[in-house]
Amino acid sequence: MINLTVVDREGKPHELEGPTFMDLNVMELCKAYGLPVEGTCGGMALCASCHLYILSNHGLSPASNDEENMLDQAFFVQPNSRLGCQIHLHTGLDGLVVQLAKE
Amino acid sequence: MIETDIIIIGAGPTGLFTVFEAGLLKMRCHLIDSLAVPGGQLAEIYPKKPIYDIPGIPMILAGDLVQNLLKQIEPFNPGFTLGERTEILERLEDNRFKVTTNKGTVHVAPVVVIAGGLGCFEPRKPPIDHIDTFEDKGVDYIVKDPEKYRRKKVVIAGGGDSALDWAIFLSDIAEEVVLIHRRTEFRGAPDSVEKVMELSNQGGIQLVTNAQVVGLKGNGQLDGVLIQEDHKGEWVRETDYFIPLFGLSPKLGPIGEWGLNIEHNAIEVDTFDYRTNIPGIYAIGDINTYPGKLKLILCGFHEATLMCQSAFKLVNPDKKISFKYTTVTGVPGF
Repeated sequence: MINLTVVDREGKPHELEGPTFMDLNVMELCKAYGLPVEGTCGGMALCASCHLYILSNHGLSPASNDEENMLDQAFFVQPNSRLGCQIHLHTGLDGLVVQLAKE
Repeated sequence: MIETDIIIIGAGPTGLFTVFEAGLLKMRCHLIDSLAVPGGQLAEIYPKKPIYDIPGIPMILAGDLVQNLLKQIEPFNPGFTLGERTEILERLEDNRFKVTTNKGTVHVAPVVVIAGGLGCFEPRKPPIDHIDTFEDKGVDYIVKDPEKYRRKKVVIAGGGDSALDWAIFLSDIAEEVVLIHRRTEFRGAPDSVEKVMELSNQGGIQLVTNAQVVGLKGNGQLDGVLIQEDHKGEWVRETDYFIPLFGLSPKLGPIGEWGLNIEHNAIEVDTFDYRTNIPGIYAIGDINTYPGKLKLILCGFHEATLMCQSAFKLVNPDKKISFKYTTVTGVPGF
């Protein structure tokens, strides 16, 4: 299990606990906790509804071309923008802090 | 006016397969979809993605599944109203439903099936303050009539094919075209990217990369956009039109105002036959919700099948249903 902090669109932080053995991604974990993340395309990096910002200093693997292409269709994209569905939970992400981007 | 047995709202895989199951029970169907082509998400979001969980088909591309479904339902000769959004639902005196689209096409049937998936696809609107107040007053989400932009200043935002294609097209018509994109790489077709670069070098298109439009200027009518550019900060560009082209995203739309029980953007149904709280209206596929719901194409197919058995009683109140296997009857079209 790892701990994540997800700051919602109103600025309220939520402490989430996520298993690392289920191949879950951040979008799925947010949905499981009932946070307002649509995940419309189901995790194919094809809708940008799980757009979020990485607030902590975790070394994430760089975004793929598919993810960058999809971020082109998101709004208020920042250098720390990622798609939650492309961030898979693993022990190296313990303590990750993310903020949901405006819709 | 189009009269049929079942009006199907949504021409995605679930809606298409409904035609087949209804056809086996000799019920005619008419499909309505806001997209210009059938297939729903499979056509719009992921036509080239492989699907592995259609029973009996180890792997199929989403676009091919749509083509196969269209072929499968051909014997039942369904009607299509495409490129039109379902707007109004009314109950007629004879208890049938009247469904009217945004373009005024009227459909009448005793049964309405909502197979609307994620909702209808609409242009993704940038969350820029007060953008609503500038809609049709300088902000356009789709290009309907290019002539409108003749000898006007136009700012286009986006990095995909539609942004590139319109930038190229309008560069011949408009006084000036500014294309704004959040990074330097474009995801559009290589030919279009090359053409945009060429036009940019020749001055036909002014390319502003690593930038986004973050504000709108004007008093009632748009006269400028606020651009935020990396390493340069914010600056204002005068313009007559701002065309943000960020693809389509699904919205529940007017269906949400029909008095159906809705939970988290999905329509609550009874799993006995996928009926909604309004008699005669069913909801199947990704748009419905019930305990244990899974948003899977194969579940949509199952829901369509059971729903048709129930709809039969509404379409044919005086007839008894006789269940037959296709191995026995084949596919008797009409």
